[in-house]
Amino acid sequence: MVAQIIFIAITLAAIALFSYNIKKVIRNIQLGKSADRSDQSQKRFMTMLKVALGQTKMFFRPIPAFLHLIVYVGFVIINIEVLEILIDGIFGSHRIFSGVGFIYDFLIGSFEILALGVWVGCAVFLIRRNILKLKRFSGIEMTKWPRSDANYILISEILLMTAFLLMNAADAKLQILGSQHYTNAGAFPVSQYLQNLLPNSEATLVAIERGCWWFHIIGILIFLNYLPYSKHFHILFAFPNTYFSNLEPKGEFTNMKSVTNEVKAMLDPSFTPEEAESGRFGAKDVNDLTWVNLMNAYTCTECGRCTSVCPANITGKLLSPRKIMMDTRDRMEEVGKNIDKTGNGFDDGKSLIDSYISREEIWACTSCNACTEACPINIDPLAIITELRRYAVMEESQSPASINAMLGNIENNGAPWKYSPADRFNWAKES
Amino acid sequence: MSEQLNFEVPTMAEMIAKGEDPEILFWVGCAGSYDERAQKTTRDICKILHHVGMKYAVLGTEESCTGDPAKRAGNEFLFQMQAMTNIEVLNAYNIKKIVTGCPHCFNTIKNEYPGLGGTYEVIHHTQLIQQLIDEGRLKAEGGESFKGKKITYHDPCYLGRGNGVYEAPRKALEVLDAQLVEMKRCKSNGLCCGAGGAQMFKEPEKGSKDINIERIEEALETQPNIIAAGCPFCMTMISDGVKLKDQDKNVQVLDIAEITARANGL
Repeated sequence: MVAQIIFIAITLAAIALFSYNIKKVIRNIQLGKSADRSDQSQKRFMTMLKVALGQTKMFFRPIPAFLHLIVYVGFVIINIEVLEILIDGIFGSHRIFSGVGFIYDFLIGSFEILALGVWVGCAVFLIRRNILKLKRFSGIEMTKWPRSDANYILISEILLMTAFLLMNAADAKLQILGSQHYTNAGAFPVSQYLQNLLPNSEATLVAIERGCWWFHIIGILIFLNYLPYSKHFHILFAFPNTYFSNLEPKGEFTNMKSVTNEVKAMLDPSFTPEEAESGRFGAKDVNDLTWVNLMNAYTCTECGRCTSVCPANITGKLLSPRKIMMDTRDRMEEVGKNIDKTGNGFDDGKSLIDSYISREEIWACTSCNACTEACPINIDPLAIITELRRYAVMEESQSPASINAMLGNIENNGAPWKYSPADRFNWAKES
Repeated sequence: MSEQLNFEVPTMAEMIAKGEDPEILFWVGCAGSYDERAQKTTRDICKILHHVGMKYAVLGTEESCTGDPAKRAGNEFLFQMQAMTNIEVLNAYNIKKIVTGCPHCFNTIKNEYPGLGGTYEVIHHTQLIQQLIDEGRLKAEGGESFKGKKITYHDPCYLGRGNGVYEAPRKALEVLDAQLVEMKRCKSNGLCCGAGGAQMFKEPEKGSKDINIERIEEALETQPNIIAAGCPFCMTMISDGVKLKDQDKNVQVLDIAEITARANGL
């Protein structure tokens, strides 16, 4: 009874803390400007199924895709077991689902195989990051915290899976011993090999079984509450992020409505402007970006596929699309904390541009869309870079001198080079 | 196979004056109009249109920059000014279908003009070539033979990833009976030439290498006779790269329109 109360209390506290943090995350995302992504719901749903659930974009790199798939499927399916743990915890039952007979054996058996898969997958991931030191996991933005974050996640999953398998091993051994409460249930294709490692004393076995049970469920609850601080948030955000992702051709940049109004008024004085969001042109800070840009930042799991295909980054420039996403998230969290402390409207004198992302980075982009193509969950760093450029050019008139010259040429001659419009058709006359 | 055009290129103004309506408007673009190298491609596109007897016209001096480089550089004002002025011209001529000689113009007019009041059917010249081949109106005969030549095609970002056009340029090359070889990074994984996003008009940021060198090294790995391009900016970047690598004697950089024109002896 006491155990049940403690269990319920811990679970409720974990859920309450998670809700509290999620609310803050949603509040932070809502700092962004509006963007209409309510169209084409069917196409959006299919995109989500394909890209997030089906992980189709992962398979451009088959080895990590395969490992990731195992960890992912394992994680999702083993959560059925968590449901059983929750019910057992609340009602004080033991293996409540075991009533379904051979199906239960099949389920537990599959969980065990998947758990082993997750264990191996995470171990390989740790090796890739820490021993093989794959280039994709390094870079200026991959400082101590992002590296540790990745390792914490992988180690946690290994520990959780270990606890799950040890729990089953102890349970199975107790079943053989005919211990009270431990009814015969489940198949143990993996943990049977761990049984010999365990002691024979019934009391110790019960302690191990219970210990692992508690470790597993508390571990999962801690893991849940770790998500809002971690790159691992993608396990939740991948779904809305792909649903709300850009469905238009990648080459298309948004037309700014606020600018349309001004240009139309300039060309036709009788024009009455349509409604458009006011504010500055482009983005100086996170609240000038759209909520989609900001959700993208929370979704990023820092895998670095974008940066590894970025032509600027490949050739040694400062730009890294992954850094753009990480900076956006860091700045958004900072702004969020400022609001928590001092309320809305607090100015800490910092901004996304300059304090986080430098001019050198944004001007190195070729807008080639390699990053958006490479992202397995449809994150769009290019949209953020474009907004920062818009701010630099339209609000500050600060762009590289040669860009200024090019803009001047278009304005004066209708071509990016200094040629006379009268000569535009000369190509047909000369040879 | 002279460089010179032995026919007049019709302008929209002339067409309208004669009370005629062209089937398609050829949007030449700034590079195609002013850049000497790109002008050759422009003339070859005209030769192809003339050869198949398609009724076409250009805007001539009425054409102006689409605004693409301004938009990528972040100057939305200038972009929309250009766009709306161009749309006014295009709509006044009641244009329905446009072929462009540049993926940047193609992307801008196709995707970004509709929201500002300019909706047209827009294709890139490689798509036009593919359509003409499919319809049997264009072949690869009567001109230079490309048989057995090694050709590698460089995907322009705004044609490939930007708009998902990967097959049309390749189909245009397939009729040549040449040997098509793909670079390691091709199609959706293609590497940019380094000119997009208004980079064409500025010096690159500090780094360890220029992007076009990275690309040209990859292209040269395929040991091509010809590197095929579909974009005037890529053309500049790749040609520069080939020259820097001292390979301009061995490797030709040609636009798909030039290759098509040559294969047909135009």
